[in-house]
Amino acid sequence: MADSIVSEKVVVEEVPSLWAGMLAVMKRDLLIAFRQRTDMVNPLFFFVMVIALFPLGIGPEPSTLQKIGPGVIWIAALLSTLLSVDSLFRQDFDDGSLELALLSPQPLFVLAFGKMLAHWLVTAVPLILVAPVLCVMLFMDGDTIMVTLYSLLLGTPVLSMISAIGAALTVGLRKGGVLIAVIALPLYIPVLIFGTSAVEAASLTLPYAGQLAYLGAFLILTLTFAPFAIGTALRISVTSQ
Amino acid sequence: MFEYLKRLYHKFGSPRYFYDLTGKMLPWLVALSVLLLIPGLIYGLGFAPPEKYQGNSYRVIYIHVPAASIAMAGYVMMAVAGVIVLVWRMKMAEMVAKSVAPIGASFAFICLVTGSIWGKPTWGTWWVWDARLTSMLILLFLYLGVMALNAAIENAQSAARATAVLSIVGAVNLPIIKYSVEWWNTLHQPASIRMTSSAIDPEMLYTLLTCIAGFYCLFGALVILSTRCEILSREQRSSWVKKLVGVS
Repeated sequence: MADSIVSEKVVVEEVPSLWAGMLAVMKRDLLIAFRQRTDMVNPLFFFVMVIALFPLGIGPEPSTLQKIGPGVIWIAALLSTLLSVDSLFRQDFDDGSLELALLSPQPLFVLAFGKMLAHWLVTAVPLILVAPVLCVMLFMDGDTIMVTLYSLLLGTPVLSMISAIGAALTVGLRKGGVLIAVIALPLYIPVLIFGTSAVEAASLTLPYAGQLAYLGAFLILTLTFAPFAIGTALRISVTSQ
Repeated sequence: MFEYLKRLYHKFGSPRYFYDLTGKMLPWLVALSVLLLIPGLIYGLGFAPPEKYQGNSYRVIYIHVPAASIAMAGYVMMAVAGVIVLVWRMKMAEMVAKSVAPIGASFAFICLVTGSIWGKPTWGTWWVWDARLTSMLILLFLYLGVMALNAAIENAQSAARATAVLSIVGAVNLPIIKYSVEWWNTLHQPASIRMTSSAIDPEMLYTLLTCIAGFYCLFGALVILSTRCEILSREQRSSWVKKLVGVS
């Protein structure tokens, strides 16, 4: 009896490191995004179009546009994040790869973090790259444009993370879209406040480092905690089916 | 002591025990809230001395302040219940969290409406983008988000767990929202009208405290009533509920 236990060979498979797991998920998501480029470009078009609507709706006076510019850019960024995040987990949920992610030896929050990073690279970075052009169209000056870029760079990952919590909670539901907005929009408010006020301070040539520091603090806070919330939410959504 | 607490916790975890106990508590709680609220509100709204600067319009605080306090406490209660749901999977906490959401949202709404009624004669406008008003509005939005999520998921247990995650995230965010809104407001309008921190007249203070205590009792009674309904609907297949409602 004892012999048989000893002779049994226990095979311990090497589990890839956390880093490898995260990179694998990220690589896969980036690959999928580049194979479906229209999905990638649509949030960008949305961002540009929403901003183009404001002068049409409010009037073309440079002074007005300059005043509302920071708010317009930030709200457009916020809405386009919200729009793109709806499909973040849905495809994986439909084809079952989310269930495999749940079963993988890597903890779910690491995989969620990789997915978020890929999502941010694909949706938010193009938006940040286009933003200077739109800033010029809203009559902002050079320094203000730089601060807009900094604030978007620090703020959009926070937006992505927060809306990903909403997306993860609603992934199993058919009517996810509006629900994500209702869930996530109130949570966006701090980012919106500090993002716009940094740009506003810069346009008045006031110090803006404080606002950017707050945005950085939000970024660190969400990068630390949001993956856990996303992981838990995904587990609830997938196991409840 | 710890053993006793543990036993109490397990007892409260059982829907049947909770139903029996709250059935005994409910009349007392309702009586207490009536006893506190009727004299408190009548005295506060009718007879308490008028305020020096605002005259009689200040009397709305006897409803406004308790509502604001309960709206915030309700969210915290929901988040704490959410932690219990996620960590210990306690069924009763799911039901309590679900019942608190609409009641807390109602109190947030009452707080906003009474505040705006007070604002019209005092500030001359129904709405000001003041930090306090805005953060209460956002609290109402957070409640609405939680309720929408709960209503969208059909399976009661997964709805409760998803809602628990959301209310915990909201509770972490709530102080951040509050302070950023305050910061935003002081940036935009430096000389906003504020309640002076002058000492409040003891006659007003005791009336206010009575009203706050009364509204908290009312809140407790409402939460218990709503939770009891939830228990009956969720446990409808169990034998004790069938016996209770007379269906075999």
